Amino acid sequence: MTTATTPRDAVPGQLAGEPLLKVRDLTVTFASRGRRAVRAVDGIDLDVAAGSTVGIVGESGSGKSVTSLAALGLLGKRGVQISGSVHFDGADLLNMPDDELRAVRGKEIAMIFQDPMSSLNPVLTIGRQITEILVRHRGLSKQEARDEAASLLQSVGIGDSVRRLRSFPHQLSGGMRQRVMIAMALACAPRLLIADEPTTALDVTISAQILELLRTLVAETQTALVLITHDLGVVAGLCDTVHVMYSGRIVESAPRRPLFAAPEHPYTNGLLASVPRLDQPRGIPLLPIPGSPSDTLPWAQGCAFSPRCTRREDDCLGGPPPLAPVGHPAHLLRCMHPVPTGERRV
Amino acid sequence: MSLLEVRGLKVHFPIKKGIVLERTVGAVRAVDGVDLTVEKGTTLGIVGESGCGKSTLGRAVLQLEPVTAGTVVFDGEDLGALKGAALRRMRRRMQMVFQDPLASLDPRQSVSSVLTEPLRTHGEKGPFDKRVRELLDLVGLPATAANRYPHEFSGGQRQRIGIARAISLNPELIIADEPVSALDVSIQAQVVNLLEELQQRLGLTYLVIAHDLAVVRHISDDIAVMYLGAVVEVAPSDDLYEAPLHPYTIALLSAIPIPDPEVEDRRERVLLRGDLPSAADPPSGCRFHTRCPFRQPTRCSDEVPELRVLEAFPGHQVACHWAEQVHSGELQPAQGSVAEPVEASAGPTPSGPAAPPDGLGLVLP
Repeated sequence: MTTATTPRDAVPGQLAGEPLLKVRDLTVTFASRGRRAVRAVDGIDLDVAAGSTVGIVGESGSGKSVTSLAALGLLGKRGVQISGSVHFDGADLLNMPDDELRAVRGKEIAMIFQDPMSSLNPVLTIGRQITEILVRHRGLSKQEARDEAASLLQSVGIGDSVRRLRSFPHQLSGGMRQRVMIAMALACAPRLLIADEPTTALDVTISAQILELLRTLVAETQTALVLITHDLGVVAGLCDTVHVMYSGRIVESAPRRPLFAAPEHPYTNGLLASVPRLDQPRGIPLLPIPGSPSDTLPWAQGCAFSPRCTRREDDCLGGPPPLAPVGHPAHLLRCMHPVPTGERRV
Repeated sequence: MSLLEVRGLKVHFPIKKGIVLERTVGAVRAVDGVDLTVEKGTTLGIVGESGCGKSTLGRAVLQLEPVTAGTVVFDGEDLGALKGAALRRMRRRMQMVFQDPLASLDPRQSVSSVLTEPLRTHGEKGPFDKRVRELLDLVGLPATAANRYPHEFSGGQRQRIGIARAISLNPELIIADEPVSALDVSIQAQVVNLLEELQQRLGLTYLVIAHDLAVVRHISDDIAVMYLGAVVEVAPSDDLYEAPLHPYTIALLSAIPIPDPEVEDRRERVLLRGDLPSAADPPSGCRFHTRCPFRQPTRCSDEVPELRVLEAFPGHQVACHWAEQVHSGELQPAQGSVAEPVEASAGPTPSGPAAPPDGLGLVLP
């Protein structure tokens, strides 16, 4: 089973045993004057091996996006306190000078976001925006960059690519815009691609096209992928390893097969039990998770999920439960009272 | 008699040009000839992607959009023929639940004011305290909620307020437009269960409009699939999932991710090419033919397919010339439109059926 966590192929030059991205005890606190400080991310450890696909699943406010933004230094400095460490290929990203970090971002690490319309510049053509990256990071001439941009668009499935280079973002559909974002992200053959809800703004049939594209591109180019999403279905088909986040911490992480076959955390199990499944008979009642994601407890006082948890006991209060292996060595769980086999909903 | 009957409904929005001499140069055919029937006490789900006209259809049923052609008959009365007070009297029997509860609740109105506004609008006299308590109890909110404001509630609770407002006039028909899609995953099930519970307790009839097929299938008795302003398939929920007949429905079903790696790795996906065409200039013939993986020469682009019932599938209507051949496997999707199963380069292969039945990508238990 451990094969699921190992990269499909080791990338040459990679230190043996050292993950491509290594995040340790990352904590992000937003504090503005006169307001209560909010700890959005509360001690995250994350390893992404070269060429592997890692899913981060959580609801709004779980800290899944902030984790990636903080790791790449995209949160700004004002009112944000970041601690812990983030290493990419051995280099410390959190303490890197800004200009060096900019060279890594975009070239070695690329990111795509949920809403391509707000990530693309509305007053520049698609071609201008793609060639800019190629000229800046790969040192191509303008003509070379234009040719390369056209072939990039072709590779993400945009036909008539030479003409498309002259289009503005508003002239493209949502699916096309997301394809352009993926083309831009892959322009410099990054070793790590972070996709933050890449298909949430898209229709299902378009979303299937984009996920299929991501699946084939990361396999072909050996790019490591971190997929951030709220949709368990998306990670089930795409990710080698899945981390489930709740209120700023990882509560369960495992290779996808053990995770979906045996979700031990009441939250993971609850998420799976609360969504209707197309492949199951219709009459199965949905079992909602009571309360709402805002009914949370600071981790220092106990398990943040305990106010909504049906398996809560007195010992859930009093500090965060440790993230410890259960059964499978790669299956980590942060829970005092995991869901027993008979009560799991899978 | 059916509670709601929609016949040949068309809603066209004119495209105007010119400032002084304004003239109409075309029309966006948001809804272009839709027939629907909803029986009392049942739920009809309408699914489709953004831009297919499903929301416009829902609003047109309530006469909230100008109807270009066709009739909407509610409980034997043609709503299009009613005006003013007569229309208002009918409207209190049908209410709407909107997608975004925060946008559809006035931030400066307390919950009790939100809930009693429909009553006051329709000329009922207070005091309404008892009714407010009743409504809050029905949707599972504490009585103390009455004096609070929308921003004090979470998303799921706000949607409960929206639902309480919709049922305050004891309507018979509720049109719910994307009732759960703005909510967190863990909350969606609460609202879905509440809708089901209210249907049983109050005998409501629902028209549920949503893009999430899994949710629609869960709560609907029948489902209509819309594409570019027209209904392409109508069937009882179970039939639609077990035997989708229209190529668009097949693609839509296979596009939905299922939270189970074993299933995901074995599915084939029928992928659609390109994007939704413009509703101002829909393709000739079958409007799906530009993206259809099963397209056949000439007939698909020349002749508009009518909704028809296949011999083998009573109660199941489909608008496709080739539905029988597609279902039997005689017609196969065009090359390049099927994504092969990823079948695990990682992890052991589970035993079991390797190929999903009838090329649907759905492995039914």
